[in-house]
Amino acid sequence: MSRWRRPLAKLRIELHVNGHKHHVEAYPMARLLDVLREQLGLTGTKEGCGEGECGACAVVLDGELVNSCLVPVLQVDGREILSIEGLPSDGHLHPLQEAFAEAGGTQCGICTPGMILASYQLLKLHPHPTEEQIREGLAGNLCRCTGYQKIFDAVKQASQRAAGD
Amino acid sequence: MRAYVPEYDLEAPKTLDDILRLLAREPGVWKPIAGGTDLMVLFEAGQLRHRNLLSLSRIPELRGITASETYVTLGALTTYTEIRQSELMRREFPLLVKAASWTGAVATQNRGTLAGNIANGSPAADSPPALLVYDADVVLLSERDPRWVRYSHFHIGYKINLMEPDEIISHISLPRTTGGCVHYLRKVGTRRAQAISKVALAGLAKVNDGLVEHIRIALGSVAPMPIRCHQTEAVLADRMLDRAAIEDAKAAIVAEISPIDDIRSTAEYRKRVTVNLLDEFLTGLLT
Amino acid sequence: MFQTVGQPVPRKEGREKVTGQAKYVDDLTFPGMLMGATVRSPVARGRIRSIEFPNGLPWEQFTIVTAKDIPGQNSVALISDDQPYLADGFVNHPEEPVVLLAHPDKYLVEKARQVVRLDIDPLPAVFGIEESLAKEHIIWGEDNILKAFAIEKGNVESVWAEAAHVIEGEFRTGAQEQLYIETNGMIASASPENGITIWGSMQCPYYVHKALLKAFPLAPEKIRVIQMETGGGFGGKEDYPSMLAGHAALLAWKSGRPVKMVYDRAEDLAATTKRHPSRTRIRTGVTEEGKLLGQDIEFVLDGGAYATLSAVVLSRGAIHAAGPYQCPNVRIRSSAVATNAPPHGAFRGFGAPQSIFAMERHMDQVARAVGLAPEELRRRNFLHTGETTATRQVIREKVNLEQLLDRALDLADYHAKTKVFTEQNQRSRMKRGIGFASFMHGAGFTGSGERYLQSVAGLEALADGRVRILASSTEIGQGTNTILAQIVAETLGINYDHVEIPRPDTNEVPNSGPTVASRTCMVVGKLLESAAIGLKQTLTKAGLLDEDYSSGEFADACARYAERFGPLKSYCQYEAPPGIHWDDESYSGDAYGAFAWAVYVAEVSVDTVTCEITVDDFVALQEVGRVIHPVLAAGQIEGGVAQGIGYALFENVVWKNGRMANSQMTNYIMPTSVDVPRIRVYFEETPYEYGPLGAKGIGELPIDGPAPAVLNAIENAIGLAVNEIPLMPEMLMRARERGNVPVEAAVG
Repeated sequence: MSRWRRPLAKLRIELHVNGHKHHVEAYPMARLLDVLREQLGLTGTKEGCGEGECGACAVVLDGELVNSCLVPVLQVDGREILSIEGLPSDGHLHPLQEAFAEAGGTQCGICTPGMILASYQLLKLHPHPTEEQIREGLAGNLCRCTGYQKIFDAVKQASQRAAGD
Repeated sequence: MRAYVPEYDLEAPKTLDDILRLLAREPGVWKPIAGGTDLMVLFEAGQLRHRNLLSLSRIPELRGITASETYVTLGALTTYTEIRQSELMRREFPLLVKAASWTGAVATQNRGTLAGNIANGSPAADSPPALLVYDADVVLLSERDPRWVRYSHFHIGYKINLMEPDEIISHISLPRTTGGCVHYLRKVGTRRAQAISKVALAGLAKVNDGLVEHIRIALGSVAPMPIRCHQTEAVLADRMLDRAAIEDAKAAIVAEISPIDDIRSTAEYRKRVTVNLLDEFLTGLLT
Repeated sequence: MFQTVGQPVPRKEGREKVTGQAKYVDDLTFPGMLMGATVRSPVARGRIRSIEFPNGLPWEQFTIVTAKDIPGQNSVALISDDQPYLADGFVNHPEEPVVLLAHPDKYLVEKARQVVRLDIDPLPAVFGIEESLAKEHIIWGEDNILKAFAIEKGNVESVWAEAAHVIEGEFRTGAQEQLYIETNGMIASASPENGITIWGSMQCPYYVHKALLKAFPLAPEKIRVIQMETGGGFGGKEDYPSMLAGHAALLAWKSGRPVKMVYDRAEDLAATTKRHPSRTRIRTGVTEEGKLLGQDIEFVLDGGAYATLSAVVLSRGAIHAAGPYQCPNVRIRSSAVATNAPPHGAFRGFGAPQSIFAMERHMDQVARAVGLAPEELRRRNFLHTGETTATRQVIREKVNLEQLLDRALDLADYHAKTKVFTEQNQRSRMKRGIGFASFMHGAGFTGSGERYLQSVAGLEALADGRVRILASSTEIGQGTNTILAQIVAETLGINYDHVEIPRPDTNEVPNSGPTVASRTCMVVGKLLESAAIGLKQTLTKAGLLDEDYSSGEFADACARYAERFGPLKSYCQYEAPPGIHWDDESYSGDAYGAFAWAVYVAEVSVDTVTCEITVDDFVALQEVGRVIHPVLAAGQIEGGVAQGIGYALFENVVWKNGRMANSQMTNYIMPTSVDVPRIRVYFEETPYEYGPLGAKGIGELPIDGPAPAVLNAIENAIGLAVNEIPLMPEMLMRARERGNVPVEAAVG
């Protein structure tokens, strides 16, 4: 164990989260996941593994899906983040949220926020995805409860409902 | 999460000059970080030795895929997603596109970079076998003169490469000589997605009327670093491709590899699969 | 037909889950809260010489707890109380907890955890079943045997002489990690004056309550356990939460502050329970026509370092070992043995996946030896109504396994595919195969278990006509909240939306038993169905409700009752259905009130270039009494099948000196969305008289079938018998080289 090092100072970092500007004081290597959960109180984004394997921590960064457990907060200074709390909904549930709830796409719910955001991104790329495209688009989001079947159904259902958007 | 976050410094300079100056002034202190998909995993496991990280994420010169008549150039910060989406890459360097699609999953591909993949130096990395058969070059930048290095010389040991502590990867260049070739890449992982490779074989070949005009073979996960199979290539080069040649090549490739038992697989399995994949590649060329 | 039951009503807490509003334990913070961490043994067995706190950290800021700080008994109450909360003097497995630390700074407490040094004199350790049975070192009790018993029916020794064929086999299953995506976590607030409150991720609030009672000198009403939204359990949060809650409470007790302890994935993987590894040996004697004469089964489980749940896992595994077959002579000698690994524990199936794997692989091999098709052997031996199991339980329910088998094979296009694959395999390097498993799974606690639990559940009718469910059964994803509300709504004839089910809080709800053993729907649902009938009767007898009533009339009746008499609650306590007799001494009788019955069919392809195995199609057909919620029921099957496929092909725990070496999600491989096929689920319903609206339990059933079905399919594909799971490509490649073939023991 190396000698005890004095902690560095926290930095002031600007984040745009779900359409709102925030300033946080954070260590530069603090994980975006922890900043969202602990400093902004946005606990919808979950930690499942801390290794970038399970996708429970997925958020959308400047329009791209990323695992927030692997993002040092300094790197998102000034950038746009979408978390599950910010899913566009017009006051109602987003079609994906509705579909996940109805079609059995959520069981214990812990993978659900990341899974829904991954699905959201998938539908942006493929508005009417084939089952193979759904599988591949969600391969980075692990679900232990559902066996994935009803997650595929939920994404299909949402893509059919959103047709014409 | 096992890192003591407060003792890690991360700086994100806005210019390339700032980056190179810091590296020159304090060589060995600063660890460059791009997308972080490798380094952050190490960090969270409490295994990142460096306490000072240098983010390359703000440097525009390191981005983008460009092409001249003779080379396609990938900026160091090119992500796997960008590789997958590039029409040019899909047409001329499909193995890199395949490798990119097999690296982690979408979220990793959006952040992970090609330079990061090779700088991290895992022998199981997905891009190296493709880079090796495509005869890639790596350009290294520092405050001194830039260096052009053949990628096949880049790795010199397990997670050791020939970069100096004051250097970063600027870009990777691919000669546009793949036309008319058969491209082969197969990765055997622990599952069908988001898997670390147990064995990966890349092959690039031009066979004309049964004569092997051009042959490149590379492997991942069967040695301390990704390797070009020069001896196996030599067995096949300028030779008529037939069953006997294939058998000779299989014998040669066994001698070029040094697979190990580890947490994911066994030396024996890796050896057998290497031979089987080579057989699959070469037999495919017979038809 | 039914109004609510059988309908795909909205999941009760679905909205919260899809919006990220559902609150799991790590989403909570309290003022002044400390973060806790656990210092664990790096060795498998040894004597603790000293604990050192190196210079350089501000130790005075930390709360430090060791065994001597435990105010009550240093043991996690479960069955035998041999597992300590904190090692005292000796450690018996890697990762055994020794020291607890708490500090306000989560980064600093983790840093401190890494530097505390345990100086341990190693002692010889025992790893694996064979070493434990060899008894070169005794590490538990007198003989390393955590539990042993035998089930006997008839006289198995008498059959060998007359049997036309005697077939033997040995089958092994590895450890499996539950891998809930939410790791274990607890928050505790504790003091001698105010008692203890626990918030956490758990399946059994009252287990935690009982365990804390032993460790702290408090009256039962001073301990309060609240289940937060729980991100998966699968048995992995059946008993382990008691340990973690105890730890958090100890730190809270000593520091006077609330303490949160949430494991990171590496800690959860390495330190918490896994499915018991097993070794099963079966010797079967059959007639020339393939009728079972006798089965001699030896079933051994690796229990890890402490007894914890091994006795009951062994029990369920042993009882399921003989499968859905009638055999006049059966002996099942079972034992759970101690090793110096972290104690193994509950995981969906609870011993049955292990023993059913063995029997269903074995039956295919028996068929081969006798010259019968696997399905024909089953047909000649299936249990029928009126016949007896290995524990001499008379099957009273209507069961038609032949028809179930026929239907499953038909749905899977089994016969046509078998022909096509045999043909195609000759010309292809991809070998395809199809195989099945036929099995049953008992719902509820074994034997006298439910009687012992004496579960209570109840209902409260509120003045506005809403009805609140009072039960400690937890929602862990499987749909507890939804199906219990459906059962109550259906029985009362009121709107599903008018039934509410609050989060289990031991201050507010009675003990309806643990959320395990496929009992929640069948047993607790039945209690609530009865409580609902009782509620109706109370209102009717009070003259407030007619026999036939509308929703509005029900609400009125509740309002008037409240005005006149005060709160209206109706409880029901478990009573065994009539005619259930179980003898703990001889381990015989009615093991379960009801079984669900199933035939699963798997289609696989094996790539001979790499020996990678893909499951291409899967049919899961089961008879379950009554489907309460079609989407949730199918979801249970699909999730269980995916876990079963993982058990068979992907999930390998790599052991190094008793410790899980691959304690990262990168290296412990569960199936992703591209690793499982479409799982086709079909239900049949033969209502069970003592289930709520006829329902039986289905939570564990689906994980019993996939591994044997998949391995049977692999044997069909490549003609090699592999009898061990997880079947990794490396193992298959080795088997192909050695040319494994099934062995038939000589007769006489």
